[in-house]
Amino acid sequence: MAGDFIPTQPIYLQLVQRICKQIVRGDLSAGEKLPSQRDMAIQVGVNPNTVQRVYTELERITVAETRRGQGTFVTRDEDRLLRLREELMGSYVAAFLGDMREMGFTLEEILRSFKECETLGLSHE
Amino acid sequence: MENAIVSFQNVSKRYQLKDAVQHLSFDLPAGTVVGFIGPNGSGKTTTLKLMTGLLRPNSGQVLFQNNRVQRMMAEHIAYLSDTGAVYGFYTVRQMVNYYAGIYRDFDRDKAAAMLEFMQLDGTQPVRTLSKGNEGRLKIVLAVSRRAPLLVMDEPLSGLDPLVRGSILTGLISFIDLDFQTVVLSTHEVHEVEPLLDMAVLLDHGELRAMDYTDHIRETLGGGILEWMKQTLV
Repeated sequence: MAGDFIPTQPIYLQLVQRICKQIVRGDLSAGEKLPSQRDMAIQVGVNPNTVQRVYTELERITVAETRRGQGTFVTRDEDRLLRLREELMGSYVAAFLGDMREMGFTLEEILRSFKECETLGLSHE
Repeated sequence: MENAIVSFQNVSKRYQLKDAVQHLSFDLPAGTVVGFIGPNGSGKTTTLKLMTGLLRPNSGQVLFQNNRVQRMMAEHIAYLSDTGAVYGFYTVRQMVNYYAGIYRDFDRDKAAAMLEFMQLDGTQPVRTLSKGNEGRLKIVLAVSRRAPLLVMDEPLSGLDPLVRGSILTGLISFIDLDFQTVVLSTHEVHEVEPLLDMAVLLDHGELRAMDYTDHIRETLGGGILEWMKQTLV
């Protein structure tokens, strides 16, 4: 079982994010079929009802679509997938900035650190 | 609750002079996995036995599919107790056959698939099974029944992490929530949490809280363990 979930967020949301990341990374491509609910449940070690909720949420945000009797598929809508990429970046950057602000860093300091990392080649790690 | 499969209505149970559970009232929705948690002596085992008809309440009533629970309900409720339930003088396969003979809803194909999944040898005598494999066999026997309600008392207790993992994966693989409801009690809160739709917290024989696990995380920003600690303070 790969049940690595953080306790601070509902498991179904963590799975939605995990699948969105796989799509953005290209591990799942446009139009690709997602595992059946039961197979997905076994793979990630969660209740099948949770997977149902995950697929419903992916449909709601139009990242996936369910075809009756065939299963759930990643959308073929390339525009939607491009937007997903932007949304994912936006949410990670926002979370990062939130953390940094909480520790008292200014935007200038953060940008300077970004550039230092870039010149040191750390950003490609 | 409209789709309740189990309903407790102001249920109390006393052993001699000791109150085991008091004024329990709750409904469990069909098609879910429900975990009963709470410290030792909080009344989990008593509650599960009342649910299966193995115990009768002193007051209040326990309903299963809108009927009052009786001993006869064993035909519709698969129960895995925290003790006993297997016979040392049988082989694994004989034990499966014995269950298949008693329960009309026993699914032999499912049992065979589960034995393979759990890597149990049908020819091995039950008395020579390791504790882990005995735990696995008990799961096979309970889950192979196509019963609408599956009640398991501490299915993971005393087992090592690998066995616990295989039991949990086995449960996910072989239960069918389209027509089954699963109720289990456990101390392994963290490990079982991803399997639960709902958690019920008992303490000193009383219902302290019950909620959907997603809702707990949404509102508390923490898992069931945190919820349990905060509620029992």
